[in-house]
Amino acid sequence: MKKQLMSGNAALGEAAVLSGCTCYFGYPITPQNELTEYMAKRMPEVPGGTFIQSESEIAAINMVLGASVAGARAMTSSSSPGMSLKQEGISYLAADELPAVIINMVRGGPGMGNISPAQSDYLQATRGGGHGDYRTIVLAPSSVQELADAVPVAFDLADSYRNPVIILGDGMLGQMMEPVSFDHIRQEKVYPKDYILTGAKGRPARKIHSLLFDTKLEEEHNWKLFRKYKGMEQNEVRFETFLVDDAEMVVIAYGTSARIAKGAIRRLRQENLKVGLIRPITLWPFPTNIIRETATRVKDFFVFEMSTGQLIEDVRLALEGRGHIHFYGRPGGVIPTPVELFRIVSRHYYQSQQVKK
Amino acid sequence: MMIKTIFSGFGGQGVLSMGYTVANTAMFEGKHVTYFPSYGVEVRGGTANCTVVVSDEEIASPVASEPDFVVAMNQPSFARFQSILQSGGLICVNSSIVNTSAARHDIEILAVPTSELAEQIGSIKVANMVLLGAFIRASSIVSFDFMIKNLSQILGEGKSQLIKLNKEALEMGFNYVKE
Repeated sequence: MKKQLMSGNAALGEAAVLSGCTCYFGYPITPQNELTEYMAKRMPEVPGGTFIQSESEIAAINMVLGASVAGARAMTSSSSPGMSLKQEGISYLAADELPAVIINMVRGGPGMGNISPAQSDYLQATRGGGHGDYRTIVLAPSSVQELADAVPVAFDLADSYRNPVIILGDGMLGQMMEPVSFDHIRQEKVYPKDYILTGAKGRPARKIHSLLFDTKLEEEHNWKLFRKYKGMEQNEVRFETFLVDDAEMVVIAYGTSARIAKGAIRRLRQENLKVGLIRPITLWPFPTNIIRETATRVKDFFVFEMSTGQLIEDVRLALEGRGHIHFYGRPGGVIPTPVELFRIVSRHYYQSQQVKK
Repeated sequence: MMIKTIFSGFGGQGVLSMGYTVANTAMFEGKHVTYFPSYGVEVRGGTANCTVVVSDEEIASPVASEPDFVVAMNQPSFARFQSILQSGGLICVNSSIVNTSAARHDIEILAVPTSELAEQIGSIKVANMVLLGAFIRASSIVSFDFMIKNLSQILGEGKSQLIKLNKEALEMGFNYVKE
């Protein structure tokens, strides 16, 4: 397996090309600029490849919509403030049932915020983000290799459900370099494109639109989308568990905070504190069942995120009042350390042991 | 074993490429490695730094709150990073332009007249590689022989005409510490 040292942003770009992405549209924003830069260089080498640095984020997402209507594998990327601008387009993609991959390398917010890593766009990503009753699948990788691996998965999910898919990273994952291999990444499956607009010569005309004045038709469209989302909830939940079997306390964290949590848990285990980790890989659909099952045995759950408490809402919904939820959050672009989390979790752990006695 | 190093200096002194060179060497040696640059408002003449973590096992965080080693190419970096170095840690400095008289007493200092040594081989531009050679000698963070042997692969395409000069600079720094 040939490995190369690459930034997360660049790795996303190469993985997209190998996954059959032929259209990339983007507008620069730190900390994801290396992805746009990589695509500017790489796309002209791809047969039929198109790279456009658009005039705005809104233009970029609508170019993605246009390319997707024409049947291309299309992608855009941005960071938090830019993602807010893309939400209208994502809502239209969902309404039109068009596949697309959208990458958000999250930075500190709200507003202009800063350019440091954060996880504060969790609720925006997992609740649709734009207007209307829709959902997007959200993948949350936690290393450069996982960023690369998430891209072909995202394109396949987007095509098989005809729905936008979000990859939610952050500034740290984007800027960091790690060894990465692309050996196994290729476009494997071909999806029937019986809906795309290619000119109606020799076949009945098609149309793609989201304007449904007839309330009955709009309601039926909403229920149709709802059934599709239920299918995603049943079939597409992805998560990882780490040392959960004998755990007395289970940390729940994703992306960057999950890898920090793993470092903390290794230290906690050296001190014989039985702490494990459940790491959601899909943030939506959320791995509700594994958390609920774990709660039949474990009483203490520890939510750790780089925000003031967004993931914790899904953990609460999953637990339905069972167990006790501990929390530690660092918003604003701060990257917490494994040692710091080790101290906080061990304090909570000892306090819980006291309560149990 | 997990070793965290911060490479720091003025933007344009090549501190990011020092870190990248170590990280790439460690990867080719088969180790776990992360490279995390400071990013954002850094400009030529401003300050730049990157953190490289080399480990036998999976790396939780690419950030170093208490690094084992610091490489400081200029005075502001020396002041900033000597204060977070682990007690007993080593700081390698470009003593041509860094005054180390205000250093903590619980850390080790390796002072290398980097600019003068680089000028001896004809280019101040490879000052970073001189200090890198010295740092590798003092830290053994990666194998120096392995790095020299695979330098063209490590530095990557586009640097082929500079391999000889870089090799000379690395050896100059490495041998300076030997003596």
